[in-house]
Amino acid sequence: MSTPTTAPTPVFEARGDAAKRPPGDPPAPVKITVRGLNFFYGRAQALYDISLDIRERVVMAFIGPSGCGKSTFLRTLNRMNDTIPGTRAEGEILLDGADIYTPGTDVVALRRKVGMVFQKSNPFPKSVFDNVAYGLRINRLTRTNGELHERVEKALEDAALWSEVKDRLKSSALGLSGGQQQRLCIARALAVQPEVLLMDEPASALDPIATQKIEELIVELKKRYTIVIVTHNMQQAARVSDRTAFFWLGKLIEINPTEKIFTNPDEKLTEDYITGRFG
Amino acid sequence: MSDQQLAAPTPSSTYGAQARTWNWRRALSPTGNAGDAVFRAALFASALVLLLIVAAMIAAIASNSVPSIRAFGFGFLTSREWNPITGNFGALPFIYGTVMSSVLALLISVPLSLGVAVFLVEQAPRRIARPITFLVELLAAIPSVVYGLWGIFVLAPFLREYIQPPLANWFGWLPLFQGTITGIGLMTGGIILAIMITPIISAVVRDVLAAVPMSQREAALALGATRWETTRVVLANGGPGIAGAIILGLGRAIGETMAVTMLIGNRPEISASLFAPSYTIASVLANEFTEASDELYLSALIQLGLILFFVTFVINGAARVLVWSVTRGTSDTARA
Repeated sequence: MSTPTTAPTPVFEARGDAAKRPPGDPPAPVKITVRGLNFFYGRAQALYDISLDIRERVVMAFIGPSGCGKSTFLRTLNRMNDTIPGTRAEGEILLDGADIYTPGTDVVALRRKVGMVFQKSNPFPKSVFDNVAYGLRINRLTRTNGELHERVEKALEDAALWSEVKDRLKSSALGLSGGQQQRLCIARALAVQPEVLLMDEPASALDPIATQKIEELIVELKKRYTIVIVTHNMQQAARVSDRTAFFWLGKLIEINPTEKIFTNPDEKLTEDYITGRFG
Repeated sequence: MSDQQLAAPTPSSTYGAQARTWNWRRALSPTGNAGDAVFRAALFASALVLLLIVAAMIAAIASNSVPSIRAFGFGFLTSREWNPITGNFGALPFIYGTVMSSVLALLISVPLSLGVAVFLVEQAPRRIARPITFLVELLAAIPSVVYGLWGIFVLAPFLREYIQPPLANWFGWLPLFQGTITGIGLMTGGIILAIMITPIISAVVRDVLAAVPMSQREAALALGATRWETTRVVLANGGPGIAGAIILGLGRAIGETMAVTMLIGNRPEISASLFAPSYTIASVLANEFTEASDELYLSALIQLGLILFFVTFVINGAARVLVWSVTRGTSDTARA
């Protein structure tokens, strides 16, 4: 593994939202704003005073050693941590300016807007078609059967899975390969057309070829979705993301354009982590 | 070490010799260890004893049924008459009573058990779930005869006074709710069975639901599923296990004797009404065995036992086919 600090590869050149836009162009609007977020599992504090902005149609990567809180933070963005008893969040998370932790927030509607793909693929024990159609059905997003089929096909195409499964839509999703199952889960999340897509180490259980497919997919999806991805794999963060946030022991140490994080980080700690001195 | 290496080029001679001489250790145990051989033989013997007991039971029941089978043939299953005085015996009223009371018990118990299990696993905070689980399991430990007593002194009068009259009033146009109201009958028997099998079904379903991976719930929630919709995903995951739990409950309901005997009325009649007294196979066996004076009477009772055996067999088989139809096509992860 070559250290990006000394030898920046050309892959960084087209990355970073600053690099992609002509100079006078205004930056994309902010989609998610986090201010002073503290998070607790019972008495144990997992996140300390996190503040950051995530802009629209940008891929934001969270990196950091195991247990640094990056997954916990990701799961606060669609309140998935609510399912764990005894958890508590303090501070503000604004989605399009509205605080998602105020009492009376419609969590079901929030999760439809902020989709999620998990570390381990978790298709339902149903057919390929029914998996993708699930979100559309429960949220009653389609009126006719034809519309449902269209949306399912579209989602599978968007997840680069259509050509592989179009002849086996009715067979069980559990018969697909690991990589196909994960792309099916992405298709399932895309079908309801979320505004934000959260991905929790989506490729960590996959082989290199399947991983590459997922990464290509993320770059493609960025055109229409705001994507937040947690990854253990720093090259992956470098390949797919525009901005990278480095977490350490529940604190946000640094957030910068990916190119800068991997070539010239502001913090010594970031540099030590990226160059493999710890973690 | 060097000796072994030298011997290595010609192993066929030694192995050949071993294969020809019969070795009791090797015959009993692939590892050739004496302890393993004894262990394996003991396990095999246990399995064999169980098989022999079942076989002996079937043989005894079948052979003792022969006089009755000779006398009544297939008509035994379809005849509605049960008359020890004239010596005419037919099983239909008992089959009907057994099936109806068990079906009634399942109709009441399955929704209730699913509700209890879903509440315990999906909704209840731990400090509430623990005591409720304990209470439910305690219900399963109450002796059958105690259920019967409670049924006679509490349930039957309650049904007679408060439940059956309104049912007759509002739904009296249905044959199910017609006839004399005594409090003792098919309905009471079915309800007591429902109460008795609910702890069994709900305990098994609770374990099944708790085994459904968290990731399935998260998958549904992340797509904007409500709690109800998430619960449906969990139930679908646990489908085969839930079917298994229901079979278990059904098996108990069909074979249950004491409490039903005390509450079902014990009259070998087929009536469309749930208020009317009925009779189950298990009840008639328990009630009339000591009275069976002649050989044919006894044989008819034993044949009823054979039918009970057969009915349980068929119901279990059908349920298994059902389970198979659900599990086929889904992998182990769905059942894990």
